[in-house]
Amino acid sequence: MRAGSGIDGEAMRFTFDGKAYWGVDGDTLAAALMANGVRLLARSFKYHRPRGIMAMGVEEPSALVTLGEGARAEPNVRASDVFLYPGLVATSQNAWPSLRHDVGAVNSLVSALIPAGFYYKTFFGPPSRWMIYERFIRRAAGLGRPPQGADPDRYGHRAAFCDVLVVGAGPAGLAAALRAVEAGRRVILVEQDALPGGSLLRENVTIDGVPGAKWAARAVGRIRAAGGRVLMRTTATGHWDDNFVTAVERRVEPGQTSRGLAQVLWKLRCGDVILASGALERPLVFADNDVPGIMLAGAARALALRYGVAPGRRAVIATSHDEAYRTAFALAGLGVEIVAILDSRVDPQGALVNAARARFPVLVDARPLRGLRRGVALAGIDAMVGTTRRRFVADCLAMSGGMSPVLHLHRQAGGALDYDAARGAFLPGAARQRQTTVGAAAGEHDLRAILDLSKIDDPLGPVAPAEPGPIWRGEAHGKAFVDFQNDVTTADLALAQREGYVSVEHTKRYTTLGMGTDQGKLGAMVALAQIADERGLPLPQAGLTMFRPPYTPVTLGAFAGPARGDHAAPIRRLPLAEAHDDLGALWVPAGAWMRPRAYLRPGESLGEASLREARMVRSLAGVVDVSSLAKFEIAGPDALAVVEAVCATPVARLGVGRGRYTVMLREDGMVMDDGTLWRLAEDRWLLTSSTGGAARMARHLSYVADILLARPRAAVINVSEHWAGLAFAGPRAAGLLAELTGQPVPAHMGLAQATIAGAPVRVLAASYSGERAFEVHVPAYRAAGVFAALVGAAQGVGGGVYGLDAMDHLRVEKGHVVIGAEADGRAIPADLGLGGMVRKSGGFVGWQALTRPALADCAERRQLVGVTSIDGAPIPEGAMLVVREGEEPVGHVTTSAPRVAGEGAIGLGLLVDGGARHGEALLAWSPTRKQCVSVQVGAPLFYDAEGARYRD
Amino acid sequence: MGAGRYSALSLLRGALGGHRHWGRAWRAGEPRGPYDVIVIGGGGHGLATAYYLAKDHGIRRVAVIEKGWIGGGNTGRNTTIVRSNYRQPQLQRLLEYSLKLWHGLSDELNYNVMFSPRGALFLGHSDADMARLAERGDALIAMGIDADLIDRDAVARLVPLFDMGRDARWPIEGGLIQRRGGTARHDAVAWGFARAADNLGVDIIENCEVTGFLREGNRVTGVRTTRGDIAAGRTGICVAGNSGHVAGLAGLKLPIESHTLQAWVTEPVKPMIDTVVMSQTLHCYFSQSDKGGIVGGGDPDFFPSYAQRGAPIRLEDSIAQAISLVPALSRLRMVRSWAGVTDMSFDGSPIIGETPLDGLYLNGGWCYGGFKATPGSGRLYAHLLATGQSHPIAAPFDLARFAQGRTIDEAGAGPMPQNR
Amino acid sequence: MLLIPCPHCGPRIQEEFAYERSADSVVRLDDAPDVAMTALFSRANLRGEEAEIWVHAQGCGQWLRLTRDRMSHAIRSVEPL
Repeated sequence: MRAGSGIDGEAMRFTFDGKAYWGVDGDTLAAALMANGVRLLARSFKYHRPRGIMAMGVEEPSALVTLGEGARAEPNVRASDVFLYPGLVATSQNAWPSLRHDVGAVNSLVSALIPAGFYYKTFFGPPSRWMIYERFIRRAAGLGRPPQGADPDRYGHRAAFCDVLVVGAGPAGLAAALRAVEAGRRVILVEQDALPGGSLLRENVTIDGVPGAKWAARAVGRIRAAGGRVLMRTTATGHWDDNFVTAVERRVEPGQTSRGLAQVLWKLRCGDVILASGALERPLVFADNDVPGIMLAGAARALALRYGVAPGRRAVIATSHDEAYRTAFALAGLGVEIVAILDSRVDPQGALVNAARARFPVLVDARPLRGLRRGVALAGIDAMVGTTRRRFVADCLAMSGGMSPVLHLHRQAGGALDYDAARGAFLPGAARQRQTTVGAAAGEHDLRAILDLSKIDDPLGPVAPAEPGPIWRGEAHGKAFVDFQNDVTTADLALAQREGYVSVEHTKRYTTLGMGTDQGKLGAMVALAQIADERGLPLPQAGLTMFRPPYTPVTLGAFAGPARGDHAAPIRRLPLAEAHDDLGALWVPAGAWMRPRAYLRPGESLGEASLREARMVRSLAGVVDVSSLAKFEIAGPDALAVVEAVCATPVARLGVGRGRYTVMLREDGMVMDDGTLWRLAEDRWLLTSSTGGAARMARHLSYVADILLARPRAAVINVSEHWAGLAFAGPRAAGLLAELTGQPVPAHMGLAQATIAGAPVRVLAASYSGERAFEVHVPAYRAAGVFAALVGAAQGVGGGVYGLDAMDHLRVEKGHVVIGAEADGRAIPADLGLGGMVRKSGGFVGWQALTRPALADCAERRQLVGVTSIDGAPIPEGAMLVVREGEEPVGHVTTSAPRVAGEGAIGLGLLVDGGARHGEALLAWSPTRKQCVSVQVGAPLFYDAEGARYRD
Repeated sequence: MGAGRYSALSLLRGALGGHRHWGRAWRAGEPRGPYDVIVIGGGGHGLATAYYLAKDHGIRRVAVIEKGWIGGGNTGRNTTIVRSNYRQPQLQRLLEYSLKLWHGLSDELNYNVMFSPRGALFLGHSDADMARLAERGDALIAMGIDADLIDRDAVARLVPLFDMGRDARWPIEGGLIQRRGGTARHDAVAWGFARAADNLGVDIIENCEVTGFLREGNRVTGVRTTRGDIAAGRTGICVAGNSGHVAGLAGLKLPIESHTLQAWVTEPVKPMIDTVVMSQTLHCYFSQSDKGGIVGGGDPDFFPSYAQRGAPIRLEDSIAQAISLVPALSRLRMVRSWAGVTDMSFDGSPIIGETPLDGLYLNGGWCYGGFKATPGSGRLYAHLLATGQSHPIAAPFDLARFAQGRTIDEAGAGPMPQNR
Repeated sequence: MLLIPCPHCGPRIQEEFAYERSADSVVRLDDAPDVAMTALFSRANLRGEEAEIWVHAQGCGQWLRLTRDRMSHAIRSVEPL
């Protein structure tokens, strides 16, 4: 039976590569595998070298496995960062046919051919040849296999505010959180581990009379009791502007089935941030320092004290400072034979060293030279002791090359770093935001200083600040790794320096140093030390790479959160959506809206239905839902000024009760939107504009009123959603509407108040179809009755509803432009044949831009034209207008449609100098669709040129 | 100078000799003016400009002045997409000129930039989208540029992990693919051009920031730098992201604002996406790097910034959309995100041309699409700096177009950079 | 992730706001064409503090003048317009 600070003895079964094992509750997968004697967990990225456990936390570079099965399979999970759950299924990755016998290990044999950056120097020839090489490189690269299906898990986003955010529930974080919460501040404490305590979990210390782990658990209880929020298994991964911290809470472990949310992305806006993120131990650099069995001293100690697992039978400790000595005592407590403690210092002193000397062989001025491998496990090490080379037989090497404070969030938040040469470490310098750093993250490792009020009983006593490990002075053979995941060696770093990739960013990018999933947590400082050494610079002058979010990898699903499926983007539905459904509407997306495209009858195609509907409007009467159009009311003594500034057309002389077509320009003179403008009263206007431009127009009106006119005595109200809009068009429309309302209909471009089906409506006599037509505006909540009455009236004479496609056919025949098609954001009014209606006096947004020389002369610009299919064949929408196939285009077809009145096909287009080319024959050429139609260019007007039909 | 040509054979020789024979890829340049031409900015465009100045025009007294390390700006921060499938003919000509250079670039530079024409796919999510993609494809083919309008089934074959469900929030109806487009290794482009330019005698001066301009009346005669004054016959600004700042040192104001664009990359996995995926409707794009990470991005941050730092909401947006296209992405983990400062011009198109000051030229305003233009931009800018005349392909992209009304507005979004 | 102090609503997250333009680039309706085009197309784009127009678009709708550093993102002042 194992005993440790972090396990409670409840056994659970799990599998690794199909073989069943037992672990206990509280184990990480790494600890459980070690307890079962499994030392080989993975193969490395490039050379496929056998790898075991290196670290016991998020800095683990090598022991990556795939967790879970099927759609829950999750690649690249650190075995040290997943807690056991019943039925856990783990699989090794990046090895074939098996982890033990991996063909990829052949890369080790040819490693001399594939040094850092080798791919930049070879594989020449045409790109097609590179792509053949690339296929093999891509297959060899990558780590785990990608998931295959949709993610069955759900993710959430939560926002929270606090006075104090404490990151890390080790002793320093707990102490800081306790102080803050007891001072009455709103506190959130986040901890990435499943247990609080941090370093206390791997030490034999007693605080206030209880073991460290228990003290930590009680501290969490006290924080919660005082109103603080403690989020376990939650990693603060991003520190953004204005103390905004993102943290990811894992509510289930990777691969585990969740009933609720699998993960929550917390968005924390914090008054103060206290970083108590601890420190990470550094490896020592020597040949073959990656053999399974070689691990960080802290990891070995955590195995022993937290999980009750002996990392081997015979262990060597190699260190540059005191703290690793604790590991010797911890391992010895489990019966591990301590073969030697190799201390790189010449004359280490202190109580701990002396205590160790009494029990273990302590060798000074000693450093490992090479790890020795038998099969896939450590067999011993060669070391230099003084000037003597010695061999030690051991199956475990616990090493420590100093400690690196975890300052990622401090740096993300813009904080400075100060270099401490004695520790060989960066410590937090001045912060840019309201943020402080405490505990080991600030270089403070003395528990007495951190917990100043607590009674601490530590049998081994405090340790001096960690000193850096020795700089690698290589063996002739063997690989000495600085980045264990990406297989970056000291030789690679040296090569990069030789080749001039000396900036630390260049070295990183050339060798891929620190670009693995561990993001350089383990090896960055030892690599920097070597780079500085090679360049003969003090370490801080060698430079530092950026610390970029996230601190630890974050599941993409957590970023997306609830924005999945229909929630990935809003869908806007019309107030009459149900009524359209009842009529059999075929829906089509129009921006965020869903609008009826057509109402298909049995056996009808979309094209047939749309043409039927359009012809119905030409001959009888039809109703189309235009509720999504933008509508604005502008009212007040200065309302005219607002309208004049926004609309490029004359408006001042528009009479009350009258309306007219208008265009609105951007400041660069291009048509931004179009619509109709109505004078409801002397000082009250209604402006309609396009559906897609609604948000833009709302902002524009607000800008014009508040900024350009500096708070005019006018209100601009967006009434788009207040009113539903129903266009009622056709030769029978006027008569039917008069019957429905019991009053005469307004003249063309006039408006009237009326009542339909008991609901007050506003009738605007405007035509988009070319027929006599009325836009009926009704409060959205009363739209159903009015719609039913209009549709019923239309159906009574053989008409009915029509959809967007029919509406489009009708407007093409009349040559009306549409925002986004003809008015494509690159057209000035004159390009669209609207130049004549623009106010010559200016005074509207965009007037100045129209005077620019290239816009004043439009002959070289594209102009709106109509095109008619010469043989009647449909014209492909978007086709290029060319003189001959294969030539550069002179324009394109913006919209095409069947003729409604008559047979054949027509379209609108933008054609260079189009106004002068009426009568010309061109080709509408669509090579992507292998279509080519002869068309004749003409005026963009195919129906009722005199406008007789829509007038009274 | 580097140790000879790169090849499989020289690599073998290196293997036998512990790779000790490799020399520096480029010399650590020291200012030794006067120069015929100074290029301000050691990104891909600036280094390419220097290379083509020496190669095409035989101008050897050329210096590239870089405030930090070469390739450290947007060259090293973009999502490495290379394509020429634009809609406006001026941009089509410019980017196609560049794409042709990409296809021979590794051999040209004797540096494998890993240009991988794996296809650049625009997705269509509705009939309206498909019509727009068809229009773009038609326009491209009519200009002699490859484009292929493909249906749902063909899209599904390209990326089997797409959600092809009809009830998806953004159903995939088809796509437009440029098969000659793809990706390249961004750092290698900077290093390859640097090495090749260095071989032709160009001085590449890193850690040298321009602090002002030397002037004689209306003429710029060189630059003031943190390493002293350096005289030059012609000076070319090539610092996209910082164009506004550097031009400001000469008293110029540009139709450019600097905005933040973020990108993200996941942990590496075995091949799962073999083509570049882009959706204009969803505002996201992603591809898989050779190392195995999915690299993606989306909208910029919508307000001016030089900070190389963004907000997480933008990452959330593009990731959510990417997952809606490829649901299997959900369980991958982001390992890194970063931000670049983009030169947002006021019509969305680059500026390559003279400035109101004699002897001072500008190459900038690349918005978030500059990487793909690297070789073409450099070669056209070299033409301008060598001859004082714009190459016909670059001529439409002059600075005067804004005042004259000749803007090239691919997005049709107008003069507000944040609306693009 | 900026926290912008709206004079009406108090400090709010940047998502609620929209940047409009730099304060010196407002094109007045009565500006002469050359003045207008210079305002529109010539931006100082300072790598430092600049006055900007924003709107609390998803909040109270108030237009704001922010004095904001484009390098540090620090907001020195916010005034309603």
